[in-house]
Amino acid sequence: MMSKLLAVSSGPHIHSGRTVRSIMGDVLIALVPVVVASVLLFGLRALILYVICVGVCVACEWVTQKLFHKPISVSDLSAAVTGVILACNLPVNIPLWMAAIGCIVAIFFTKQLFGGIGSNIANPAIVGRIVLMISFPSAMSNFVLPNFAPDGMASATVLPQIITGTEEAVMPGMLQMFFGIRTGCVGETCIFAILLGFAYLVYKRVIHLETPIAFVATYLLFSLMVGNPFANGRIFYELMGGGLLFGAVFMVTDYPTTPGTRLGRVIFGFGCGLITFLIRFYGSLPEGVSFGILLMNMLTPLINRLVLDKPFGWAKPEKKEGKA
Amino acid sequence: MNLETIREKLSFQKQPGGIDLPHYKNTKDMQTVSFEDPDYVILPMSQHIGVSCTPLVKVGDRVLVGQKIGESQSKMSAPIHASVSGTVKEITHITLPSGFVSDAVVIENDRADDSLHPSVKPPVIDSYEQFVDAINESGLVGLGGAGFPTHVKFRYEDLDRIEDLVINAAECEPYLTGDYRQIMENAEGVLNGIRLVMEKLSAKRCFIAIEEHARASADHIQKFILEGENITVSLLNDRYPKGAEKITIYETTGKVVTQGTLPADHGVLVLNVTTVANIWDYMTTGVPLIRRRITVDGDGIREPKNLFVRIGTPIKDVAEFCGGMKLNCKKILYGGPMTGMPAASSEMPTLKNTGALLFFSQKALPDPSPCIGCDRCATVCPVNLLPRRLERAYDRRNKEDLMKNHLFYCINCGSCTFVCPAHRQLAFKNQLAKALAKE
Repeated sequence: MMSKLLAVSSGPHIHSGRTVRSIMGDVLIALVPVVVASVLLFGLRALILYVICVGVCVACEWVTQKLFHKPISVSDLSAAVTGVILACNLPVNIPLWMAAIGCIVAIFFTKQLFGGIGSNIANPAIVGRIVLMISFPSAMSNFVLPNFAPDGMASATVLPQIITGTEEAVMPGMLQMFFGIRTGCVGETCIFAILLGFAYLVYKRVIHLETPIAFVATYLLFSLMVGNPFANGRIFYELMGGGLLFGAVFMVTDYPTTPGTRLGRVIFGFGCGLITFLIRFYGSLPEGVSFGILLMNMLTPLINRLVLDKPFGWAKPEKKEGKA
Repeated sequence: MNLETIREKLSFQKQPGGIDLPHYKNTKDMQTVSFEDPDYVILPMSQHIGVSCTPLVKVGDRVLVGQKIGESQSKMSAPIHASVSGTVKEITHITLPSGFVSDAVVIENDRADDSLHPSVKPPVIDSYEQFVDAINESGLVGLGGAGFPTHVKFRYEDLDRIEDLVINAAECEPYLTGDYRQIMENAEGVLNGIRLVMEKLSAKRCFIAIEEHARASADHIQKFILEGENITVSLLNDRYPKGAEKITIYETTGKVVTQGTLPADHGVLVLNVTTVANIWDYMTTGVPLIRRRITVDGDGIREPKNLFVRIGTPIKDVAEFCGGMKLNCKKILYGGPMTGMPAASSEMPTLKNTGALLFFSQKALPDPSPCIGCDRCATVCPVNLLPRRLERAYDRRNKEDLMKNHLFYCINCGSCTFVCPAHRQLAFKNQLAKALAKE
């Protein structure tokens, strides 16, 4: 007869189909051009670096979750994404054991110890990179020229030269900057690949646009106020040099460590841009992006407390006049 | 300069969000058929927002169609009428989809059909008071699904204020096409109802809210609007939830109904298009609310269609009429998939405010995983809330935080849960939070 058991649950009863895994998967797809470019530019060693980083990150997450008796969540691909992004921030010749340490710092210390995905207060890849920069400064600044680079191209990173304005060694030209034929970390140099990834992430609505735009715009605004903005195409070198664009597309857009409102994200991007500018121009470090992002990550909870959108139909909670 | 002031200075209103839902309006072009011949009907005494009715009949009584069988002394109520003629078989308890337990009168159909009760005749509505009393007598409630007693809307104390009538034909839930068919099959009735209501309220303008995908009905009803009549068809875009009252009012009249106020305080009265058509029906025939159009659809039913049913018809009879439930049918919903409530068994009846019965073969949704802070919930919230923060506040049972995050602005549309990639039950928790905050 007809007495079958029916499922009863609270609505809504349909779902968009978007999962954490599909979002992370999209980020990985967006990173493919960067990975391909870095292998073309820096050779097979870059590929090995990616594989090791992803492997160590995923393994670290698996082991940690097992140890803490938490459900294993590596299939959501977030550890893999951290692995790729961390690798992008490293110079190609870094000893693999150092890279592994960076991965462990990222996954174990920054992410899992704070409660796992969504509960971390700082971007895991950023912390991994910063710890490596501080612990192994010479290895982290040991850059080499990529393939396709003409002889005589400067082998130190581009940034200090922009600042000091030296022109002894041959600086990379605009086109070379765009395609990444310059020294730098494996994932940061090829602007073309980064932009492809950006376009994909925007198309798939993975990232909020406010943060990258506020970040880059603020940085450019401040950096061009110092000295002549148009000398030697400075504006493009500022934009394409260092880890600015890679950070703007892949690191400043990390979900749990950035504010939840539009205005909040604009403030976040502004802060990152300003701090990056200050460190690059007035600090003694060549690279300011990582620190800028980390410092703003710390401010995110405060931004979240201060910035809350007005709900639709907002009425000031005054004393009501007798109406129910 | 305290936290509240800083917050106020830093906040601004963004455009209402919403989600792009698949429409699944499969039954759109199906002419409504009749299934008005059930073996018995179950009539709960509470099919509306407000106080339950008490039965006026007892077991063994003979009743006729349209006879009042349940009534309440409270103003915030609507009477229940017999939808078939026959004998009262039993008076039982029934658990409604909301969880509320109510009395229910079960009438066995003697099929001496159309034996109308003598009280059924067109009412006299010369004065406004008579008009509103007539609506009360008709048992009409919000037929868009809300079930708010319609006559109460007309009892607003300051009637001169009302200048805008908004007719909600947005029907933003997937699968539902009842309001669409109402317009396609009964445009004249709808417009006559509108004209009558406008006259009684002395309303100046009327807006009929229709979504883009139902454009054909907009074009259709436009043909019947006379020259010089201040009735505008407003085509709204397809983003869910355009049928939520506050959103509909904003999108048609531009008025914002602020928290703690009624639409009438801003001079607006909203009626569902089927309700207004039924007002006209009642005023001309005197037959109270005993039948309505419902959409039957979903992948768990063999023959989706639109049909007229008598209020109180058991779901299993409706299913049989529609070819029967498929073997894999696991979930039956009253209403749409976003805000609809499941039926605990197919023995449950169709209610006054049932716009659709949906049959699904649904697999269980994945378990929730930790929130990743992606803020998709905030991006889609039509009233600019931050559902993930509300969820956190509720999980910690922090009432203060719930209020700080504007809990009571939530309109229960379900958009947040729909988009959450971690499958967190945000809309559900909002409901629970509201109950908690009221304690």
